[in-house]
Amino acid sequence: MTLIVGATSNDAALAFIEIGAVVLALSILARIAARLGITAIPLYLLAGLAVGNGGIAPLDVSSDFIHLAGEIGVLLLLLTLGLEYSAAELRQGLRTGVRPGVVDAVANFTPGFAIGMVLGWAPVTAVLLGGVCWVSSSGVASKLLSDLDRLGNKETPGVLNLLVIEDLAMAVYLPVVGALIVGSGASKTIATVALALAAVGVILVVALRWGDRLSALLSPASDEALLLSIFGLTLLVGGLAQQVQVSAAIGAFLVGLALSGSVQARASTVIGPLRDLFAATFFLVFSFSIHPGDLPDVLIPALLLAVVGIAGKLLAGWVAARPVTSGTRGRVRAGTALIARGEFSIVIAALGAKTTDGAHLGALAAAYVLITAIVGPFAAKYADRLTTLLPGGGGR
Amino acid sequence: MAEVTETQLPGVGVRHEFATSTGERVAVLSHRTGRREIAVYERSDPDACTTVLHLSVDDSRTLSELLGGNPISETVASIQRLEGVAIDWIRVRRDARQAGTTIGDGRLRTRTGATVVAVVRGNETLAAPGPEVGIESEDLVVAVGTSDGLQQLRELLEA
Repeated sequence: MTLIVGATSNDAALAFIEIGAVVLALSILARIAARLGITAIPLYLLAGLAVGNGGIAPLDVSSDFIHLAGEIGVLLLLLTLGLEYSAAELRQGLRTGVRPGVVDAVANFTPGFAIGMVLGWAPVTAVLLGGVCWVSSSGVASKLLSDLDRLGNKETPGVLNLLVIEDLAMAVYLPVVGALIVGSGASKTIATVALALAAVGVILVVALRWGDRLSALLSPASDEALLLSIFGLTLLVGGLAQQVQVSAAIGAFLVGLALSGSVQARASTVIGPLRDLFAATFFLVFSFSIHPGDLPDVLIPALLLAVVGIAGKLLAGWVAARPVTSGTRGRVRAGTALIARGEFSIVIAALGAKTTDGAHLGALAAAYVLITAIVGPFAAKYADRLTTLLPGGGGR
Repeated sequence: MAEVTETQLPGVGVRHEFATSTGERVAVLSHRTGRREIAVYERSDPDACTTVLHLSVDDSRTLSELLGGNPISETVASIQRLEGVAIDWIRVRRDARQAGTTIGDGRLRTRTGATVVAVVRGNETLAAPGPEVGIESEDLVVAVGTSDGLQQLRELLEA
């Protein structure tokens, strides 16, 4: 590729126009979402569905770039998900949050897995659907808590600790499903799973024990150098992970987990804007790949799963908040903050895009995220009124 | 000084709360970014709170200045940025064995690894006390150390 600055290349001009139009369209969606007080993810997905697959605005020239940008988006998304919590917070989460974490996993993973099996999907795809249904959107949850001024509430540490546990659970879940997807033959699959788990174990131990030193290595850098080194490190580790059949996304997630201390906070700040740009593209590209024709087929299971998934999160929130709250209202509020699924669910569905039934998984995940990400914020806002509807409700 | 409870909020920061002398419960939320929120718990639902004030870093400094800024709070804020270091407020029990002795006599640091950074007695605060400073029953001891060390110190002062 030659430099395009000052060149007369027509392709470059077309590419600029296409990319510019796409990003501007995304910006309008982000504004609408902010106005509605919901995450922009469902809107990105809807937009992708509307224009993707030979829709109204086919992209020719920039298609490759947009797709690559989407891939980078997943890496940055998972990097920041890994960066979200410090080593100390992960340790604290492990100490206090295991019980609610188990309830959360059982109540929310099982229905997805079961529906996948009932639909006659491959077991791997069913496991992926379980994952899609399991993980709350930590982005939505923390935004809700802060927007609704609930950070001081008693139930909030319970909610946040549960998100930490989910984050840690993903560190194990993602590599395992990654290995299962690639897996050919039982023994080889077991070997890959073992390798993946060993890698995660090593990285977690390094992060929890010596994360400070890794961070110290990076911390003297200027913001510019820090941005470049983290971006480079993420892509490099992601690429290497992909080479050894562990998904690139997982590699990026582990990079995020491994960084801690002051570098962690600075890294989130410098990488944030870049993440927003690329991740938006990822959600768009993800929904490009969904055939709108698949949606009617998955609508009923998606609605069913959403209802069960909302109940599952209310239960998980209840259990997580129970030790720290004194009444039902706080416990219900905790559950409602967790209802929305988002970035993790879409990433999990994207991992499974190439499996048998992957297309259906994508459509189902999109519908599921759409429903829960819209219901969640409203449920959280009106949680206290919801409590009065409970049997014996209205009490504290 | 009232007893202050500290709660970690993963991904957000830390929350300190206490009950005022009129029985109102107040929380101060310190975001990682340095932003602060002051919230008051509701009487009808003690788990919920209403945020009264959102403060920028500058605002909080102004407010603490107006309230009569205390060296302890400055210390607390800077300590919380260190990993593995905790701060605790320990009320010396009325019949505690340590009561009536000095910090040096009790060899508190040697035994627990935790350092007493202030002793609050009534309205008086003895900041950065030396080993000769005595510990009386009902004093509020502010100490810094590892969470294990602070636990040991708590056991000493409450035994």
